[in-house]
Amino acid sequence: MIEHSDLLIDWSRAQFALTALYHWLFVPLTLGLTFIVAIMESIYVKTGDEWWKETTKFWMGLLAINFAIGLATGIIMEFEFGTNWSNYSWIVGDIFGAPLAIEGLMAFFMESTFFAIMFFGWEKVSKRMHLTSTWLVAIGSNLSALWILVANGWMQHPVGMHFNPDTARNEMEDFWAVFFNPNAVSKFLHTVSSGYVLASLFVIGVSAWYLLKKREVLFAKRSIIVASSFGLITSFFLLMSGDESAFNVAQKQPMKLAAMEGVYKGENKAGIVAIGLLDPEKVLGDEKDPFIFKLEIPNALSFLGYHSLSAFVPGVHDLVYGNEKHKIMSVIEKMQKGKLAVGALSDYKKYKKENNPQKAKEALAIFEQNQAYMGYGYLKKPEDAVPNVALTFYSFHTMVGLGTWFLVLFIMTLYFSMINEIEKKRWLLRLMLMTLPLGYVAQEAGWIVAEAGRQPWAIQDLLPVGMAASNVSSTSVMITFWLFAVLFTGLLIAEIKIMFTQIKIGPEGEH
Amino acid sequence: MKFSKKIFLFYVEGFQSMKLGKRLWLLIVIKLFVLFVIIKCLFFPNFLATHFETDAQRAEHVLQQLTTRK
Repeated sequence: MIEHSDLLIDWSRAQFALTALYHWLFVPLTLGLTFIVAIMESIYVKTGDEWWKETTKFWMGLLAINFAIGLATGIIMEFEFGTNWSNYSWIVGDIFGAPLAIEGLMAFFMESTFFAIMFFGWEKVSKRMHLTSTWLVAIGSNLSALWILVANGWMQHPVGMHFNPDTARNEMEDFWAVFFNPNAVSKFLHTVSSGYVLASLFVIGVSAWYLLKKREVLFAKRSIIVASSFGLITSFFLLMSGDESAFNVAQKQPMKLAAMEGVYKGENKAGIVAIGLLDPEKVLGDEKDPFIFKLEIPNALSFLGYHSLSAFVPGVHDLVYGNEKHKIMSVIEKMQKGKLAVGALSDYKKYKKENNPQKAKEALAIFEQNQAYMGYGYLKKPEDAVPNVALTFYSFHTMVGLGTWFLVLFIMTLYFSMINEIEKKRWLLRLMLMTLPLGYVAQEAGWIVAEAGRQPWAIQDLLPVGMAASNVSSTSVMITFWLFAVLFTGLLIAEIKIMFTQIKIGPEGEH
Repeated sequence: MKFSKKIFLFYVEGFQSMKLGKRLWLLIVIKLFVLFVIIKCLFFPNFLATHFETDAQRAEHVLQQLTTRK
């Protein structure tokens, strides 16, 4: 028997989390800033005003810095799949391979071709050709994100595949089911729109700095109008796609929703906690109130999760120990089915080796009956099916709280810009500048909700992270963790330094 | 031929006229070297590719993990 140490799994998870979180510092700005420069260039082409061309070029320069530093940071996750998560990589098979291959090709061809025209082609191609290239870079970079999120959405809600017990791989049966997986669609829309909001915060934050320094006033004011309009529109889009995401989570990952809201005991007409402090002493199964204090919006969670004000929202307790009234199967029962699936897979393998087709067929039938719960067969106790509630709850509320603040900020900046008083409102300019890092906090919090909230699963219900990991030395994973921590921190410092230098030079400087 | 030459010159002139971009490209080249040559080769061998020769062996290994790992 092979036993993986918790230490190895923890280091493997920590390393993946570190690379994903660092990678995600660079990606959303690219996703959003490409659209903002495309809008600015469109204004230039429409008006013929050379001043907009210079403005576009300045923000394009900052986009280039972010793109260059962030480039290939995501590739490390693919290295990790092969080394630390080899079981997972094998089992996901072509479900992951196909979208990632399309992403690689699309990113390479669209970005290398049109990026070059965007940066080198100002004086070499026509205005319209250049503008088309800029828009294609924006669309292309967002389409790259689409394929990554299709793969991620499948992990959260696996559909359109069949597990082959002979090869131990999931084989794609229905590409469109994978592509139009509701979880993937809502995740894509929510993720890219969060990138648009971050990019808007970036533009208004940098512009606010110029206004505070009483520099580049016209440039900053015009940039703020474009970014706050874009930010306001995309904030509403972010809100709607967030609602859709929460609805999908409620249907497919109810444990994640329970953790996001700190719901231990399910109830009808469940409210959303607007502000709350969880009791760290709370243990699953005790009678303690999970909150030290909370401010709740009545019925909102029932509506958000099930689009009905009186719907029942299951809590962690209902999901772990079952709830007969609401026909919720307990994790214990799922574990029994999971163990049947694992045992049947083992028998199938044995009988195939013994050349006993009848027995193999019987084992396969048992496996297929219980396959949907296979992952539960690897859990040691029912409580292992519960993610870290505090981490998920606080990350979710940080993300939502900041998202709400960004919306308010965009309304204020747009309003004061429209009445041409933005440069007089120094308190608002300071808020705009201070909000920029909060945009990144919200981005990372969102990913923590998505990934920590779905634990213990690498593939929802089918494969827990413990089973997904390779049998490698925990020391080597620990060493590479620190290697990446140093490398990425260096890259981040380089980005901030180059970015600050370029911002200080301003739009009149080198591009 | 003329078209491919035009594209070639487009890139060459583009790179030559870069200011900030030259520093960024240097950074990209160094980073790609560190990622692909040092990190990938020394620290991140593909576990299944290096430990097993055929897909059948890899499948057998993963199946064994799925059915025997505690």
